[in-house]
Amino acid sequence: MSIKTLNIIRIVLLVVAIVLIVIGLIQGQYFSVLSKAIRTCLECIGIA
Amino acid sequence: MHRNRMTTDDAAKRQDRFRTIIRLAATVFFNGYAAGFLKADIFTGRTKGVCVPVLNCYSCPGALGACPIGSLQSLIGNTGSRIPFYVLGSLMLFGVLFGRLLCGFLCPFGFIQDLLHKIPLKKISVPQKIDRPLRWLKYAVLLLFVVALPVFTAVKDGYTVPYFCEWICPAGTLEAGIPLVILDPGLRALIGALFDWKVVLLVLILIGSIFVPRLFCRYLCPLGAVYALFNRFALYHMELDQNKCVKCGRCSEVCPMAVDVIKDINSPECIRCGKCKAICPEGAITSDYSMCKKQPESVGEE
Repeated sequence: MSIKTLNIIRIVLLVVAIVLIVIGLIQGQYFSVLSKAIRTCLECIGIA
Repeated sequence: MHRNRMTTDDAAKRQDRFRTIIRLAATVFFNGYAAGFLKADIFTGRTKGVCVPVLNCYSCPGALGACPIGSLQSLIGNTGSRIPFYVLGSLMLFGVLFGRLLCGFLCPFGFIQDLLHKIPLKKISVPQKIDRPLRWLKYAVLLLFVVALPVFTAVKDGYTVPYFCEWICPAGTLEAGIPLVILDPGLRALIGALFDWKVVLLVLILIGSIFVPRLFCRYLCPLGAVYALFNRFALYHMELDQNKCVKCGRCSEVCPMAVDVIKDINSPECIRCGKCKAICPEGAITSDYSMCKKQPESVGEE
């Protein structure tokens, strides 16, 4: 794989990552994560 | 420039001390809500909506951010769209920017395994024919427990439990389960067979880590599996100067992830701990955070 191809892949991945985060934020997924994370997750600690 | 054995050993010790400071600081930073340990409660501030780049349970009393693996399962089960864009994007961003450097330098559970491995007992070198197939187990854990089971259950029942967290995650047991059960008598009254299973699994992994370096990271961690997919493309990468390399093999000897450094320096297994770089007598191994200046030796191999 050439350096140029490698760098193109990196840039594409970075752009895709940012786009996915923005779409997730628009869909309110930040608040979904927040609402899960601020309550004690009984399954996570092995009590469910 | 050739460096003698004493110089390289000193460099390795200095590098290990530096990494210990960083890992300790990261552990404190990700779990900085000290009041949580006093009140037997968890942090509820806005930063809890942001994924941290490491396996750090959001139910840990000190946790200031969200575990990306827990969040991924939660979003799969609860969002209307069922495609967890926010967490997938965050994981991809962390992966491309840093790769498994995050495992080597920032992960609290990795740090604990490294500390346990310092206990001076005879170490086990896992034979390649066992080690190589077992490495695929973490991808199976990712696909089955983090993605497939939550998707299947969410489609069927409209809700899912976080299967990986519930049945496997030793970080959750250590950072959240045990502290909360100790601190909260109400939770203590609820513990049953599931908690016992998780404690047994945690103990087995911790004991195993004394003998096999990074046992959980090597074979079971789904977050390590995600970052491994990006390791070859990560901006932070290792470089090997073939002209300087004398193929002494010391780099592979010290590698905690059993990477064949000369053949595959940017292996998906490499956690960028830098031990190979510190021990190299010829200074042939370097690391860089940028677009490549020269062709990485391993890209496209394996």
